[in-house]
Amino acid sequence: MDAVSIVAGIAAPLPQPNVDTDVIMPKRFLKTVTRAGLAQGVFADLRFDAAGAERPEFVLNRAPWRGAPILVVGDNFGCGSSREHAVWGLAQLGVKVLLGTTFAGIFFDNCRRNGLLAVCLPPEARDALLVRVADPARADLAVDLPAQEIRADGVAVGFEIEPARKRDLLTGADPIAATLAHAEAIRAFEAAADAAEPWRTPTVR
Amino acid sequence: MPRTLYRKLVDAHTVRRLDGGEVLLGVDLHIMNEYTSPQAFAGLAEAGRSVFRPGAHLAVVDHVNATRRNAAGDDDGRLLIETLEANCRAHGIAFYGLGDPRQGIEHVVVPEQGLARPGMVIACGDSHTTTYGAFGALGFGIGTSEVAHVLATQTLVYAPLKDFRIVVEGALPLGVAAKDVAIAAVAAVGAGGANGYAVEFAGSAVASLDLAGRMTLCNMAVELGARAALIAPDEAVFSWLRGRPQAPADLDAAIAAWRGLASDADAAFDRELALDAAAIAPLVTWGTSPDQAAAVTARVPDPAAEFDPARRAAAERALAYMGLAPGQALAEIAIDRAFIGSCTNSRIEDLRAAAKVLRGRRVAPGVTAVVVPGSNRVRAEAEAEGLDAVFRAAGFEWRPASGCSMCLAMNDDVARPDERLASSTNRNFEGRQGRGARTHLMSPAMVAAAAVAGHLADVRAFSGEV
Ligand code: SF4
Repeated sequence: MDAVSIVAGIAAPLPQPNVDTDVIMPKRFLKTVTRAGLAQGVFADLRFDAAGAERPEFVLNRAPWRGAPILVVGDNFGCGSSREHAVWGLAQLGVKVLLGTTFAGIFFDNCRRNGLLAVCLPPEARDALLVRVADPARADLAVDLPAQEIRADGVAVGFEIEPARKRDLLTGADPIAATLAHAEAIRAFEAAADAAEPWRTPTVR
Repeated sequence: MPRTLYRKLVDAHTVRRLDGGEVLLGVDLHIMNEYTSPQAFAGLAEAGRSVFRPGAHLAVVDHVNATRRNAAGDDDGRLLIETLEANCRAHGIAFYGLGDPRQGIEHVVVPEQGLARPGMVIACGDSHTTTYGAFGALGFGIGTSEVAHVLATQTLVYAPLKDFRIVVEGALPLGVAAKDVAIAAVAAVGAGGANGYAVEFAGSAVASLDLAGRMTLCNMAVELGARAALIAPDEAVFSWLRGRPQAPADLDAAIAAWRGLASDADAAFDRELALDAAAIAPLVTWGTSPDQAAAVTARVPDPAAEFDPARRAAAERALAYMGLAPGQALAEIAIDRAFIGSCTNSRIEDLRAAAKVLRGRRVAPGVTAVVVPGSNRVRAEAEAEGLDAVFRAAGFEWRPASGCSMCLAMNDDVARPDERLASSTNRNFEGRQGRGARTHLMSPAMVAAAAVAGHLADVRAFSGEV
């Protein structure tokens, strides 16, 4: 996983609440056994019409927001299905930061595992950013993870982030390797549980 | 210190405390499907890692297979199925493929096998893993990276959630199903309103639900954003487990240990909500988010009455997508398709409830009606009871194979643009059941009523049948 530090660039406004992972990555892109080739699927039904032509009205098809590395999003972004394809696709499209209020839990975890920085802001701060970046002249932002700060034209807003998530994003850590360092503790835990509650962990037939 | 049921389950599965309040959480059972697992196995192979505890996993084919016959829906689907089977074989993991009498939708198969039990932690690369809360098990959905983590370590790096209790007291009126309670809860909390929480459902109305109903309720808890749902296990759970093919060998000892597995009386919840069971009516959704719902006797709401601008814009957009106008009577909305299926409502109890409405009636002309039993076991049971004959006589198509089918339309069951569906599923998102397709969520009996009427209909008008 790539480490994240400071992301500077255009931010695009996507104000709708409850943007679900079916919308972020429609199911026709899910029939794949690899992670590759998903950029085309991101927001496919918003970006393209049924004939495959770009919809000129969609924000990511317009200047200056095309190719924006930062999205300012509505409440409960990423709700619905657990499909990590939604996050893989966003990352492949070049999105590095999501600025929102609340994110659906599985999507939020998927972002963390793929080096996508999802920032939870108070609604007023997010709303102010939505207004700001909707103006092409003011859509440039810098999101600074080490400093926990969003900057634009000399204005800066701080943000909160859980320390463990910040650490993972900054280091691009491999959590499986870190966990396997506890392999003995896991085996001991399992042995104790199997002895005390033999009905708890099944051996599936 | 008094603890909630959720906290007790997290504590009992904490292998290690990690930095920043996170824990290394032991996973008792991990379930896989064909579309969120291949990249996880590929990641293991790349890193040269093996599966930590192969017996604690189960793979089920359900999302991409056709249900008209036991086959993949198309070549891409076939590759997904074959990849899962090969991965399971290579790692010694149980695999229920097409044609296996145990196959079906993962969240239907696991409970009916007796593999969802009180006190467990169950993870799966599917958001509706909350279903297992019906048994007092902590079930939650994970992404593919986490699927790899469970395969390689039998644990997850886990940030404990906050506690939210939703208490539903009173008696549910006639014709009101568990699905209506679920939709009522989603509407009350809002889609995403419970992000960051584990929800415990409690109260006399919840206790009165059978296990099928409890599964429906916990299944849809993810639609309000809850990462986990729980109902304290009781005698109904214990007797449900008796005789299941893979119930624990020493069930009596297990039951003795499970008694009292509940939140302490004085445990504190971060949030509480009370719902009055008597005030819940048969509900339908009118929009493109499951919280956009109203009683079937109501009218399409006017977005202009919505105070919050983002919610107003969302309602306007939803009505445009759904092809509806404010003030329209919901019960007059004509449908093109009726679908009974999905991990929310495709169990034998759901089929019985729908068949009750359909007995002696016919699906309205012009409506395509399909029922996909949740698993091969459910189908066999239904056929033994003669329910298939009831559905067929009414004009429903009775599918010979089981899977998710038109719940997410990843197989060959796809609604066409602008087609309107009465659906027993869980998500009415834009494009969920087909690009441009318009979904109204409701209980299976309500889907049957709509199929017969040709439009959304109040199941209570089907006299004596609920
Ligand atoms: S039935 Fe629908 S919601 Fe359930 S697992 Fe399948 S696709 Fe997901």
